[in-house]
Amino acid sequence: MVSERVERVLLSGNEAVARGAWEAGVAVGVGYPGTPSTEVLECLATLGDARSEWAPNEKVALEVAVGVSLGGRRVLVTMKHVGLNVAADPLFTLAYTGVRGGLVILVADDPGMHSSQNEQDTRMLARAAKVPVLEPSDSQEALLMTKAAFEMSERFDLPFVVRSSTRISHSKGLVETGARDEAPPVGGYATDARKYVMMPGNARVRRVDLESRLEVLADESQRLDVDRVEMRDTVVGVITSGVAYWQVREALPDASVLKLGLTNPLSEDTIREFAKSVDRVAVVEELDPYLETSLRAMGVEVEITSVPRTGELTARAVAEGLGRDVAALREPIAGLPGRPPVMCPGCPHRGVFYALKRMRAIVTGDIGCYTLAALPPLSSMDTCVCMGASIGMAHGLELVVGEDDRPVVAVIGDSTYAHSGLTGLVNAVYNRGDSTIVVLDNRTTAMTGHQDNPVTGRTLMGEETTELDLAAVGVALGAASVRVIDPHDLASAEEVLREEVARSGVSLVVAKAPCALLLKDEHSPVGVDDEACTACGVCIRLGCPAISKAQDGKAFIDVALCVGCGQCEQVCTFDAIVPAGPACDIGGGV
Amino acid sequence: MTTSVLLVGVGGQGTILASDVLAKVAAGTGLDVKLSEVHGMSQRGGSVETSVRFGDEVASPMADAGAVDVLIAFELLEAARWAHHVAPGGRVFASVRRIPPLSVLIGSDPYPEGLEIELEERGATLIDADELACEAGSPKSANIVLLGAASQALSFDEGIWRKVISTRVPPHTVKANIRAFELGREAGAPRGEC
Repeated sequence: MVSERVERVLLSGNEAVARGAWEAGVAVGVGYPGTPSTEVLECLATLGDARSEWAPNEKVALEVAVGVSLGGRRVLVTMKHVGLNVAADPLFTLAYTGVRGGLVILVADDPGMHSSQNEQDTRMLARAAKVPVLEPSDSQEALLMTKAAFEMSERFDLPFVVRSSTRISHSKGLVETGARDEAPPVGGYATDARKYVMMPGNARVRRVDLESRLEVLADESQRLDVDRVEMRDTVVGVITSGVAYWQVREALPDASVLKLGLTNPLSEDTIREFAKSVDRVAVVEELDPYLETSLRAMGVEVEITSVPRTGELTARAVAEGLGRDVAALREPIAGLPGRPPVMCPGCPHRGVFYALKRMRAIVTGDIGCYTLAALPPLSSMDTCVCMGASIGMAHGLELVVGEDDRPVVAVIGDSTYAHSGLTGLVNAVYNRGDSTIVVLDNRTTAMTGHQDNPVTGRTLMGEETTELDLAAVGVALGAASVRVIDPHDLASAEEVLREEVARSGVSLVVAKAPCALLLKDEHSPVGVDDEACTACGVCIRLGCPAISKAQDGKAFIDVALCVGCGQCEQVCTFDAIVPAGPACDIGGGV
Repeated sequence: MTTSVLLVGVGGQGTILASDVLAKVAAGTGLDVKLSEVHGMSQRGGSVETSVRFGDEVASPMADAGAVDVLIAFELLEAARWAHHVAPGGRVFASVRRIPPLSVLIGSDPYPEGLEIELEERGATLIDADELACEAGSPKSANIVLLGAASQALSFDEGIWRKVISTRVPPHTVKANIRAFELGREAGAPRGEC
């Protein structure tokens, strides 16, 4: 018998989610970029048949999706874990209203905080919102579960969360793909105020209805084919979900496993039957003890859970946690300097932070590449909490710091400002604040890999659109002073910033210059004139990775890295920085 | 039996492309394969690492500490940082390229001395990947030079490597990248055999 060999392709978890949504006939994808979720919509945009959009933030993205769903079509929403906090307001009530077209929210957690400010567990928030959660463990399941989630969403009249994590979204595996199923619209828009107008009288009815919809889902869960029992040795049975499943398989290949695909609501019958069939139950999960506390509440005796509660799970940690012997690691080579990420050579943000450092400003910061200004040698950011926090925090500090000699300056990127900075400015103006707010407008959402946003004048589908005019909006919102500066012009940038912090009333400074990575082919590098260099070290303090301190203390500029932004020429008072010859072709650089 | 390869370097050095080539080579021979990379903040000149694991059936996408069969390091300090992750009997192929981290650039830390010796004592094969990349005709092919060297420790045919490299690099650089692979493969050969 000749079996037909199915062609499998190497896809990341994010590509697989996009593909699953596409195969499910999704009409629209909408989200806000956030590592590790960003590539889902970028991929969906390339697959055709569906429209993909970047929203200014996750709340708006989810609201757009609710509109698509009420219009009777399937819609995918994407965000990182902290994005779900922003979208929580519509989410909690969306569970009450339910959906028309299938509505699926891909939320990517970041255990280990590779590129995040916290490592919250999406399952906790989704359960609080009474929204079902599906947890794939790899690319193949990411495709299948996303696809199935649309059908389930319509069938159970609930939005569904597909929870991914860094090691799913950014891992690649071999995936069997299918054809697009042009899901017929569930019917065009139809007014149904009792279902979609959540005033108290209607909400009370939907509140009760929500419990019954979740109950129906829990009752049906055994027939959904998303949980999987794998019976092997019965001494220990492991209950797990998501990528932790693969760490369990790696660490304990002989153990029986209950791999939960639906983690809210849980299939209690499946769990009880599995627990009865093994001698001891172990729970292995990444981040919060979500399954563990649920199982204990059900009265399931959980004997082993000793795995780390923080950071990413590894097979080694699982083996250790479950009492297996693991070989000792070799001795690491000691005394190695760390290598945190750095602002790129030619980064326009550097000019602003150099000025703020000279001004001894208290800098409330925000989320983006510029958060790296907190590291030496610039060491020029005091806070970073969440998207948009810089502006509210600056106002709060000014309320109590008063006439201190150190000015308070809020610094926020263009995409972050459009995401949740505007309301902070409205607040500062309304409450008679004195804030100085700097928008670092580098014409892109750089940190997540250069996505367009309302400030760039281009959509995710590549269309030209109306640019959000930051200066005009600043004036319209009532800022007392609005200035646009070139952050590469260090002296003038500093002069404007000093004037604005001294001014009463709210000042908005737009520091406008494109991200250096958008200009990387326009090199005109500089070098150091050794005769003229006095080893004063001023240029080193810019923290540019193209500039280093040589053995003799003089500056050295790596022409392969330099993009010729000109900032170091401006800080050098000895004219020691001069145009360099063509870049050496060794290495290629960072 | 699963083979774990860990590729480490500095953001922007081409570790992700090299990982992708390796994963496609493994998949092309009919093996199961998983690749795990980290994007985002790590891209901005920070340490980066990518796992590629292949075999009949691969479980975890991550190459665990102490279980790395082949370490491919694109930079010397990064080779040193990850060397203890290599399993007993595992192999290390490390570029001698030095990219000073910011603390070294600004004079706060020295770039550690003697890493070559320490790595060689641990059995590493050191490769002048940049020199060989230039010889191949493209300074950006250092990542493919290192794959060529590491191919000595991986049991794939040269043909499949050539096929995947040809389809994965920009068309006008195919010739240079194939040459880079060959030069790397020679440099990674066990001593005394080439």
